[in-house]
Amino acid sequence: MKLKKSLFPILFAIFVITAGFSLTLGKYPVSIADMVRFFLYRAFHVGIMNAEVCNLFGSIFFDIRLPRILAAALIGSSLSVSGAAFQAMFVNPLVSPGLLGVLAGASFGAALSMVFCTSWFTVQICTFLFGLFAVLIAVGIAKMHKGNTILLLVLGGVISGAFFTSLLSVIKYIADPYNQLPAIVQWLMGGLSLVDYRTLLIAGIPQVASIILITLFSGYLNALSMGDEEARALGISVERIRMFLIFLATVMSALTVVLAGMIGWVGLIIPHIARMLVGPDNKILVPACAFIGAVYLIVVDDVSRMLFNVEIPIGITTSLIGIPFFIIILRQAKKGWN
Amino acid sequence: MELKPLIRVEEMSFGYAEKMVLHYINLSVEAGEIVTLLGPNGCGKSTLIKLMLGLLRPASGRISFEGENIARLDTKSLARKIAYVPQTHKISFPYTVRDVVLMGRIPHKMFFFRYSGDDRNIVDDALERLSISHLANRAYTEISGGERQLTLIARALAQGARTFMMDEPASGLDYGNQLRLLDQIIKLSREGYTFIKSTHSPEHALWIADRAVMIKNGTIVADGRCDDVISSETLLRLYNARVNVLQFNGSFRVCVPQTICGCTKTGSLQGQTLALMAEEERYDDQKRSCCV
Repeated sequence: MKLKKSLFPILFAIFVITAGFSLTLGKYPVSIADMVRFFLYRAFHVGIMNAEVCNLFGSIFFDIRLPRILAAALIGSSLSVSGAAFQAMFVNPLVSPGLLGVLAGASFGAALSMVFCTSWFTVQICTFLFGLFAVLIAVGIAKMHKGNTILLLVLGGVISGAFFTSLLSVIKYIADPYNQLPAIVQWLMGGLSLVDYRTLLIAGIPQVASIILITLFSGYLNALSMGDEEARALGISVERIRMFLIFLATVMSALTVVLAGMIGWVGLIIPHIARMLVGPDNKILVPACAFIGAVYLIVVDDVSRMLFNVEIPIGITTSLIGIPFFIIILRQAKKGWN
Repeated sequence: MELKPLIRVEEMSFGYAEKMVLHYINLSVEAGEIVTLLGPNGCGKSTLIKLMLGLLRPASGRISFEGENIARLDTKSLARKIAYVPQTHKISFPYTVRDVVLMGRIPHKMFFFRYSGDDRNIVDDALERLSISHLANRAYTEISGGERQLTLIARALAQGARTFMMDEPASGLDYGNQLRLLDQIIKLSREGYTFIKSTHSPEHALWIADRAVMIKNGTIVADGRCDDVISSETLLRLYNARVNVLQFNGSFRVCVPQTICGCTKTGSLQGQTLALMAEEERYDDQKRSCCV
């Protein structure tokens, strides 16, 4: 277990290297040496660089590639951390962040506002609010009945998710098939090309805050995953902590849709991979998920950008890479399942 | 001055939805006692244990611990006093045995917590006391049922509680592990720990418990020293099963079925048991005359 101490520095280093390397990837060829020279020049005025090239590199790095990479990192971390938290809270390793309907709700919100509003900012607000609203409905349904809370929440989530998925179909049906429908469909496949710094800032702050808070609460996740009664007998106010964690996970998942549309599978697979690497203890697993998820989505985005001449929507790439990967790790992952 | 009981249940009733499960329960438990709850499936044993743990709220009446109403205690301080040792269960994630025992330290922690060196020492100590230190880094999901039960007891020790509530701790354990579990309970009880446990085996009560509390249809039908309370007569009433409670020269008392599938084997019995047989026959007689 000597690995544990150096684990986070290693993960952080991998994250920085992946992000840095991804800056060099794209249509316009930039070598690593070019990049190093550029950064040395910009930061310390070391070396000589043509002003025109410097401006070009600046716009490639800072306007085009960096926001994508940051968004991919944020989305990857958020989905993985909320996935890990959900898996522990719902005592089920097959649960993903969409369990309570947040992704369905947010997709509906996005589609609705794309049809009826013109400003991109309204679309983003609407996406976020409907994500929250869908989870609120799921929790509301669970609270209406007495009984096994976990089961009722899952049921509420299924109902709420199905409800918003059908509403989404309604919107698709009434949307203008020449402009609006393609926009909606493409948005639902996920894409990082529309990300800008303002959105990054607005979404990033609550996401990073949620990641940190869930990490701080991760000690409770272990006990929550033993079931409600045991967790309560261990002195945990189960209902309060669970609602708080659901709130955090919902906020960060809804914000991923705001940033880049629907991106599936990350929240299910990354916690499994992380569990294989660092073990099931949530105190280590949750922060590890944040790094591994970030690295994973940066790499997947690189693949989406580079594999073909045309960019593939990232939601499709995550599924296409994620599904075979999941089959491979299934053998390992099902260890310890009942 | 009268000695204050550790746990006191007064006129307590409880029901799920419309159905009442427990009716006007009165029970008090002294510190250091081993109390066994006996009763058929669905009689309310587990519910009573959950009520005493504060996991459920009584519909009426009150439960107090050291004189304080447990409804007024917050979950955290209650968890420092009473520990729950659930039935051995499978969990979904392969935590190590040490991680599981560490959970016992949660009631001593503040909001955002990290386990300290002290916590780790307490956990090592608890593992040591149950002689399972060698399992510390094994996955909880991959050890045997008996080892899991010991892990859960170690967690209860790490919790710092002096009162343990055990819901059918022996269920799912093989014979040897059942006996080793009883060993551990006796050992800890000699150190002053209080145990309240439910079981399906009257023999477990006879072997280690000070007191047996018999529950049927949500009411306590008998409460007293095991040797007094557990007899073929009471077991017949409780479980509707005919058994003899026997004792061979100086041995533990055992329960032996009188009849299995029409084949009756009474064997030759010691004096004491013969008296019990006679008692039972009288009981049968009474019952028969009732019917007539």
